[in-house]
Amino acid sequence: MAVPQIVETPTGDQTEEHLRLGLIVDLDSGFAAVVRCYGRLVYSVALRLAAVPADAEDLAAEAFLRAFRALQGYDAARIRELRVRPWLLTILRNTARNAARDATRRPGPPPAFEPPELAVAGPEQRIESELAQREWGRLLRLLPEAQRVAVVLRHVEDLPISEIAQILGCREGTAKSHVSRGLTRLRSLLADTELPGGQR
Amino acid sequence: MIEADAVAAALGALRHTDPPALDDKLFTGWLTAPSRVGAVFVAFTPLGVQFVRSADAFDGDPGAFAQAYRQRFARPLRPADRAPAGLLPVLRGRRGPTPPLDLSGLSEFERNVLATTRAIPTGETRPYGWVAREAGNPHAVRAAASVLARNPVPLLVPCHRVVRADGAVGRYLFGTEHKETLLRGENTNLDDVAALARRGVHYLGSDTTGIICFPTCHHARRITPAHRAGFATAADAVAAGYRPCRSCRPVIT
Repeated sequence: MAVPQIVETPTGDQTEEHLRLGLIVDLDSGFAAVVRCYGRLVYSVALRLAAVPADAEDLAAEAFLRAFRALQGYDAARIRELRVRPWLLTILRNTARNAARDATRRPGPPPAFEPPELAVAGPEQRIESELAQREWGRLLRLLPEAQRVAVVLRHVEDLPISEIAQILGCREGTAKSHVSRGLTRLRSLLADTELPGGQR
Repeated sequence: MIEADAVAAALGALRHTDPPALDDKLFTGWLTAPSRVGAVFVAFTPLGVQFVRSADAFDGDPGAFAQAYRQRFARPLRPADRAPAGLLPVLRGRRGPTPPLDLSGLSEFERNVLATTRAIPTGETRPYGWVAREAGNPHAVRAAASVLARNPVPLLVPCHRVVRADGAVGRYLFGTEHKETLLRGENTNLDDVAALARRGVHYLGSDTTGIICFPTCHHARRITPAHRAGFATAADAVAAGYRPCRSCRPVIT
């Protein structure tokens, strides 16, 4: 496949065009290119949307499989109009919401084991950054869903507001206000907590 | 006091840069392999072999196979360069343990039917009704036959060893002639079974042991002609004082 190994540039119009063409030519290899291109992004966002970080991998995989199932039913005209990145993230968000809803309705298995503290001796910086990751993840999880999605996409993944609005299914102004309210909320949450990564 | 910039910067640092290998979770590997019925396409996940189809059925076109796979499993395929351990010898017909199978997505009844069928020994056959009973639902004879007609992993689950109760070989996923070739290749006594069926005999008993079997059971094949007793139904045999074989467990109707 002639899809270049682009590490997603924000102006990914060309990338997207390549991906769409790839999907039209051959669904399987085209989809492999999509996973190569957006696997990191989808996993990174899934990490913030999953109830526990351990579920992020399953969540990301489930979202990709749903996307693939949808693509099976799309004809070339529909694929040509597809904006792959926001479309994938919309599927991811819906998958995460479904999972969260299902979890409240039926008691799941006991929570997956997560190492409580990293006892492994490693570079101190790495441990510190992982602690920061966990703590920030906890704070983000306290935000309402729409705000969390908006903040993660805007400030963690640096997506343009137009795409965020598309993913949230709202106007750009509303998306902006989700971002800004989310940040305000985070700041006030932060004031109540001591954060290893916050005082830089 | 932390400014907005600090928060934004800290959030930017949350960007995950080292994702796990999602490919293995998403993609099913496929390859072409030789088998007793000619070349076959095989699809397998990390859990085990998921789908086997003869290349002839798709005129050797991998694209058509991928299409059929997608329709049934709704997952993407990618070519694999190595077959799972133990697959190739079993496809060629060597006896021995079959590689692990990925039967996720099947119903409990379907899995039971396949597990039952998998346990039929080489060189023997069983009727569809027997499979239905052993799978836990004696009345679901046609349902069991439908499951086998859709068997995702023929050869690995030997659905060719399930035959009609009247002694005929019956139909097969890869074609009836292949079913007969496979059975003869396993040294099944198809000619004896056909000859017995013409006389209305579907069960063989031994008058020395008082046990009845299916005619393909390895115990039935040891009975010397002088002591062989034929029965049309297992119930007749039981009425005559015989008990069913504990290996082939013939159906008592």
